[in-house]
Amino acid sequence: MTQNDAYISIRNVNKFFGAFQAINDVSIDIHQGEFFSLLGSSGCGKTTLLRMLAGFEMPTSGEVFIDGQPMSSVPPHQRPVNMVFQSYAIFPHLNVRDNIAYGLRKQKLTRAKRDAMVDEMLELIKLPEYGDRKANQLSGGQRQRIALARALILRPKVLLLDEPLGALDKQLREQMQLELRALQKTVGITFVFVTHDQEEALTLSDRIAVMADGRDLQVDTPTRLYESPVNRNVASFIGTMNFFDGKVTEIADGTASVDVKGLGQVLTTNFAPKLRPGDDVCIAIRPEKLNLTESEPRDVGNKKQGQMDKAAYLGERSHYYVRLNNVSQPVAISAQNLQRAEGTPEEKRPVWISWEDNVFVVLENG
Amino acid sequence: MSSKSYIRRPNRPLQIYAAIFLIVLYVPVLFLPLFSLNDSIYVKFPLKGFTTQWYVELFNREPVWAALMNSVKVGTTTSIIATGFGVFAAKAITRYRIPGRGLLVGFIMLPLVVPGIIFGVALLVLLSQLGIPLSLYTVTIGHVIVSLPFAIATMIPRFEGFDPSVEEASADLGENAWWTFWRVTFPIVFPGILASLLLTFTVSFDEFIMAFFLSGTDPTLPMYIWSQLRFPREFPPILALASIILLVSFILVFIGQWINRDAQAKTLANEEE
Repeated sequence: MTQNDAYISIRNVNKFFGAFQAINDVSIDIHQGEFFSLLGSSGCGKTTLLRMLAGFEMPTSGEVFIDGQPMSSVPPHQRPVNMVFQSYAIFPHLNVRDNIAYGLRKQKLTRAKRDAMVDEMLELIKLPEYGDRKANQLSGGQRQRIALARALILRPKVLLLDEPLGALDKQLREQMQLELRALQKTVGITFVFVTHDQEEALTLSDRIAVMADGRDLQVDTPTRLYESPVNRNVASFIGTMNFFDGKVTEIADGTASVDVKGLGQVLTTNFAPKLRPGDDVCIAIRPEKLNLTESEPRDVGNKKQGQMDKAAYLGERSHYYVRLNNVSQPVAISAQNLQRAEGTPEEKRPVWISWEDNVFVVLENG
Repeated sequence: MSSKSYIRRPNRPLQIYAAIFLIVLYVPVLFLPLFSLNDSIYVKFPLKGFTTQWYVELFNREPVWAALMNSVKVGTTTSIIATGFGVFAAKAITRYRIPGRGLLVGFIMLPLVVPGIIFGVALLVLLSQLGIPLSLYTVTIGHVIVSLPFAIATMIPRFEGFDPSVEEASADLGENAWWTFWRVTFPIVFPGILASLLLTFTVSFDEFIMAFFLSGTDPTLPMYIWSQLRFPREFPPILALASIILLVSFILVFIGQWINRDAQAKTLANEEE
C-alpha cells in the first residue's frame, strides 16, 4: 500500500549497525522502467540501501515496498529482484552456461527450452562462444556481462547493480555504460544502480539520489542536480562549483536580486520559494558559465576584474583560477579551447570575468 | 617487485637448520622399516640379513586383521562425524558475526593442547557414571573430540578462500539456504571436505591414549601393537606393521593436503594482497 504510483517505495527507512547509523530516515520512490542511481562517496549508505532492496539487510525501522508489497518479511530468494554484485559473484565451480542457467532450476524447463534461453542471453551479452568456459578463464568485463545475464534470464521486475563497472578500466567502463543503458531500454526493467562515479550516474540515469552520511540529499534528474542543486553538499559532490556569500536585497517577478560579496549585484531566477529579502545565502555558479576575457568586455553588464592565479591546459578545455578582491577562494573557470593554443598562458596577469543573468543558483543553507 | 625480495632470498643457515630439523625428526622413525626387514628378533646393530618373513608372519596373524578392521571402522565413523561437524563449525566461524569469535575458536581447538590422558580419564569417568559399557562406540566418541580441531582447521581456509557474495548470489537467484548449500557451498568446499576426511581418519587410526581408556574387549590397531610389546618373539612383525601404518598414514595425509592445496595457496595469495 503506497500512496502513489511508485514501483519501489522506500519509506522512512533507518538502519543501525550497532551504534552506527548507516541509513538515516530515507524515503525514495522509484518508478517502473526507470534507470535510477544511488550516488555517493563510500560509506554513505548507498550499498546498504541496495542490499535492503535485495533482502540481505533489514531496515531497523521503516519499510520497503516493491510493487505495492511490503518486503520486510520476504527473504531474498522470494523477492522479484535480482542483483549484479560488485565482485560479480560468478560461481567458480560452474561454467558460463551453468552460471547463467543457475536460477532456472525451479522453473522445471525442458533441457531444450533452457538451452535456448541461455543461448539467447549469451547472444544478448555478446559472448556466444563462451558457454563452456570456466569462471577463472574470463576477464573482468566478461564476468560482469555474465553476472548481468544470470540476473536478466529470470526476467526480474527490478535489477539491482552494485558498482558493476567499478572494477573495469576506463575505456571498457565507458563502453559498458553505453551497453548497459541500451540494454535497459531493450528489456524495459527498472534498474537501481549504485555508483560513486558522478559522471557515470549523470550519463546513465533517468533520476539520481545523491546520498551522504546515510541521508538522501536530493533526488532529481541529472540536469536538475547539475543546474539546480539544493544545497552545498550536492553542488560540490557533482562537478565543480564556485560558492559565494551573499544577501538577498529584493525579490520581484520571480527574480531575486542578491548582493554577492566580491561580485556586486547578481540577478537570478534559480532559488527556493521560501527565500525572503534580507536572507543571508550561499550562491553558486558552475565554472563553465563564467566567461574569461583579457580586456574589459563591452555590452556586458555583469563583469568584474581580477587577477589570473593559475591556468591548466587539458586539451579540449582549459581550467583557470582567478583571484577577486574580497573573495577568499580563487574562482574556477572552465573554457573550451575553440582556437588553437600557442605556448602556455601567462600567469599573474589582470583578466576580466563576466556572466549572464540567471546562471547563478541560490542554495539552501546547510 | 623482483622474485628475490628481502624475505624470499635464499638463506643458507636457515636451510642447514631445516635439514637438521628433518633429520632429527624422521631418522628415528626410519629405523622401523629398517629393522622390520632385518633377519633377527632383536632390534640391534649390526644388521644380520634381509628378510620379509615378519611381513609374511604378520599377514597370517588373525588378531592383527581383527584389530585393523576395528581401527578402520572407528576411523571411518570418526572422520565422517568430525568432518560433518567441522563443515558447519567452519561455516559458522567464517560467515556469521559471532560475539567472542576468537574465544570460541580457541575453545574448539582446545583438544589439540589438553593432554589426551585428561580427556581420556574425564570421558571414562563420565561414561561409567552414565553406565555406558566401554566398546568401539566409546572409542569413537573420544576420537571425534580429538580429531574435530583438525577437521575445523582444514575447513576454515576453504571457507575463507571463497567470496561470501557467491552464496548471496545464489539466494538472490531464488535458492533457499538448503539448496544454496548443496549447489554452491558444498561443491566449492568439497576438496576441503575430502582433505578433512583423510586427515581425521589418520588421526583416529593412530590414536592410542583415548583408545586405551575407552576401548572394551575389541582392541584398535595401536592397542594391539602395545599389547604385543611384552613378548620379544612378537616384536619384529610389529615393526613390519608399524612400517605399513607409517606408509599408509603418510600417503593419506599427503593426498589430503594435495587435494586442498589451492585453498591454502588462495589464503596465502589473499594475505599478500
